[in-house]
Amino acid sequence: MPMTPTASGATDLLVLNEVSRSYGSGPQAYVAVRGVNLTVREGEFVSLLGPSGCGKSTLLRIVTGLNRATSGTVLYRGAPVLDVNPHATIVFQTFALYPWLTVEENVEVALKARGVPARERRERALKLIDTVGLDGFESAYPRELSGGMRQKVGFARAMAVEPELLCLDEPFSVLDVLSAEALRGELLELWLNKALSTRAILLVTHNIEEAVLLSDRVVVMAKNPGRVLAEIAVPLRHPRKRQDTAFQAIVESVYAAVAGRTRPEAETLAQAARKLPKARLNALAGLAEKLVADGGHADFPRLGTDLALELDDLLPIVEAGELVGFCQVQEGDLLITPLGRAYAEASILTRKEIAAGRILRVPMIRWIYETLQRDEDRRVDRDFFLDKLREEVGDFAEEQLDLAISWGRFAELFAYDSDTDELFLES
Amino acid sequence: MRRFRFGPVLPRRPPFTAGDGLILLGLAALLYAGVRLAFAAPQSISGPAISTSPAALPWYALLSIGRMTVAYLLSLLFSLAYGYAAARHRAADRVLLPLLDVLQSVPLLSFLPVVLLGLSSVMPVAVAAELAAIVLIFTSQAWNMTFSFYQSMTTLPGDLREAAAVFRFDPWLRLRTLELPFAAVGLIWNSMMSWAGGWFFLMAAEIYNVGARDFRLPGLGSYLQVAANAGDLRAVLLGVGTLMFIIALLDQIVWRPLLAWADKFKLEMVEGDERPSSWFLEALSRSWLIQRLGERLLSPMAERLDVRLRRRARRVLPALDSSGEARRLSPVAIGALCIVALAAGYGGWKSIKMLMLLPAADWGRLGLGLLATFARVSVALALALLWTIPVGVLIGTHRRVAAILQPVVQIVASVPATAIFPVLVVAFVKIPWGVNMAATLLMLMGTQWYLLFNIIAGSSAIPLDLRYTTDLLRVSSIDRWRTLILPALLPYLVTGAIIASGGAWNASIVAEHVSYGGEVYSTTGVGAVIAEATGRGNYPLLLAATLALVVTVVTINRTFWRRLYRLAEVRYRLD
Repeated sequence: MPMTPTASGATDLLVLNEVSRSYGSGPQAYVAVRGVNLTVREGEFVSLLGPSGCGKSTLLRIVTGLNRATSGTVLYRGAPVLDVNPHATIVFQTFALYPWLTVEENVEVALKARGVPARERRERALKLIDTVGLDGFESAYPRELSGGMRQKVGFARAMAVEPELLCLDEPFSVLDVLSAEALRGELLELWLNKALSTRAILLVTHNIEEAVLLSDRVVVMAKNPGRVLAEIAVPLRHPRKRQDTAFQAIVESVYAAVAGRTRPEAETLAQAARKLPKARLNALAGLAEKLVADGGHADFPRLGTDLALELDDLLPIVEAGELVGFCQVQEGDLLITPLGRAYAEASILTRKEIAAGRILRVPMIRWIYETLQRDEDRRVDRDFFLDKLREEVGDFAEEQLDLAISWGRFAELFAYDSDTDELFLES
Repeated sequence: MRRFRFGPVLPRRPPFTAGDGLILLGLAALLYAGVRLAFAAPQSISGPAISTSPAALPWYALLSIGRMTVAYLLSLLFSLAYGYAAARHRAADRVLLPLLDVLQSVPLLSFLPVVLLGLSSVMPVAVAAELAAIVLIFTSQAWNMTFSFYQSMTTLPGDLREAAAVFRFDPWLRLRTLELPFAAVGLIWNSMMSWAGGWFFLMAAEIYNVGARDFRLPGLGSYLQVAANAGDLRAVLLGVGTLMFIIALLDQIVWRPLLAWADKFKLEMVEGDERPSSWFLEALSRSWLIQRLGERLLSPMAERLDVRLRRRARRVLPALDSSGEARRLSPVAIGALCIVALAAGYGGWKSIKMLMLLPAADWGRLGLGLLATFARVSVALALALLWTIPVGVLIGTHRRVAAILQPVVQIVASVPATAIFPVLVVAFVKIPWGVNMAATLLMLMGTQWYLLFNIIAGSSAIPLDLRYTTDLLRVSSIDRWRTLILPALLPYLVTGAIIASGGAWNASIVAEHVSYGGEVYSTTGVGAVIAEATGRGNYPLLLAATLALVVTVVTINRTFWRRLYRLAEVRYRLD
């Protein structure tokens, strides 16, 4: 097997070359990831960071061989990955433990699949359970454990097969804050002490601080289609402290990379012809009020914390805000526009009027509105729009139409009759 | 109380498709084949001698249980194999789903005469009757179990499936670790339903005799019938007692323990507040002997079995792509399907030719019979609704009443209506309209429990906050029923009624034509037409009546019940 030593002397474990993955074909095709280049070297801890729908989980599945790339090559130690990669394993966001197996059996089953004899299986499983600190819980069922403990079983099971490449699919995101922090610390300790047989870790996350805290390199991804935006090195020594200025500086630069995609308005509208951001319009009022209260602008990282929103939930709202022209993103900061300020201070009725005027500029909404106006009864079947939308956005048609309906209803532009499944204009 | 709806799964699809037509044609072909065979059936068949001595009861009980067990095991094997295969072939669900959908709405008991006649022409009558009983019970049990397993196989949680792939489980390990456990709960619930339904068919098969042809089987059903005919009250009570005892015993030492054991296969990660428990399972798992047996014998054996089966399974079971895409049909399977379709077409054509032979008068009688049975089914359903709605709501909304009545209802409901039917006949046969009343009563008895259980489940599922709100608003009791209770019940009511009407149509086969004291009592109805045709050997009429019954019931299901079900599901679902 040819191994390519790099400048730093480490071997390339994993090389992705122009990897794309799409689903469906023709006009309904949906591109999950496009043209991704990525290299993971031995001894590296790499994070894949991006909003949901940017294809980072798809990428993880391509790396492990669960999914195949539609085009491009995936090389593991120089050899193409054609089937499930035996040197890689995944720790799942949802743990993926078999609820009917005990902790020990859950770990053992991974060894059983590799044909390890019963006695050795048991010994190795018990040792690993001990390593992750679940001693005494061997015969417990997953449902008896807390989320953090369940994920420890997930780690133990993954480590049981001694993978060279450990893939983590948002392993901390469904845990409570304290358990997540504790588990991160424990993982880091095992990794830094070289207590694992693992040569490299690939972490998928949408939590920026987590990525900066753990990894040596953050790969920032964007969606529609999923692609790599930037790679940011984290040259900080462990243990890292969130309060350090250096740490904060890197977090800021990652935020800027994630959110700093301010486009001219025309382009935004053209984009929106294809997809509406997944946000409710009434959330915009909250955002605008918050920005006014903060003096017209807000720091992106702080905004998420203040509003108790994950990046995944915050980004669509900001996108919607940009789309209707209430705010603008500039280098990791969010600025309110005069229109946004007027909106924040308006009464409910005036807000509806402003919203109606603004969202009519969005091509999809205008198309629906005009179609309804042209209709004799001013009522059109939902399926009519759905069919047309399918040609544009494929599987997202349903979601998009529901969003458009909710926007239209909010602004009282048009209404929806769920008994007859028709959109209509109110007289 | 468990919020569980007992009922068929109605896939969302148009009322009639070309596939349905093909399936009905296939059924016609099968029936035609049976009827063709029946020409050679013996003209007169004398049934076995049935003793009413209590000493004979254990033997009869064993025979009945044996038939049930064989049929159930067949159903289980069939469900696993069929469900597994179907989940792996994308094209298969285009065949499988419509097929299951038609079969679960066909009144299966109507096939009994054809199957009995067909089989008895090619083998000894005693064997034919046994086989017919088992086939009949099998057909009544298999569909919902198959559907349940198929559904489990196609809804495996994505993360568990991916874990199996990433840890490179082989097909056997995946079946054992993921697929079977995931399907277990649904399969056991459906097994219990199937088993309970099986008794109804078993009893019907054991007592079926028409005219000169006595197809009875030695068993609990025929014991009860003979005892009732002889007016031997003691024997009747003994027989019913034995039947109830067996049903209760099996419930306690088979189904409850299974259910309690299967609780660990539930997917939910939170501990439920009401978990099924079983004294028998607890006793078993505490027993020293069983524990040792498990450690010393079962675990090593399971380990060995695993090693062997894994090697074999790798060759036999097809691997499912991790992305969950099922495979396409192989050319062989497509060829087989074509042959089946051709055979169905040929048989369908032949059966139509046979139907042409039937004189117009017979068609008239058949139409009248269908109408009469339809009226009887409607009356039975209306009567059942009349008492089950108030009682069901009472039980469902009052915990204290439920605690007292629930067990009683469950025991009473466990007795298959067909077992009691001979007693009914004795009681009613002498009075005017007696057979008519007995038939309607049998339908009522066969239908009411499904309704009652569904209503109990539905009314206990009404959220407390809605009930409090109606209390606070001081809604009058009529409005309370109109705005809260009935709408909330509707989905459950419809599901219950679909099964109930299916059961009532089935019941018409045994209920409308009875022999008592050497005489035959008959009423107008499609069941009576079928029985008469079977007894006299009027095969075109038998074919016509059976087909007409099937088509009528399927049509009613597809047009009336399905539409109501859709409405109930969309508009009145509470969760």
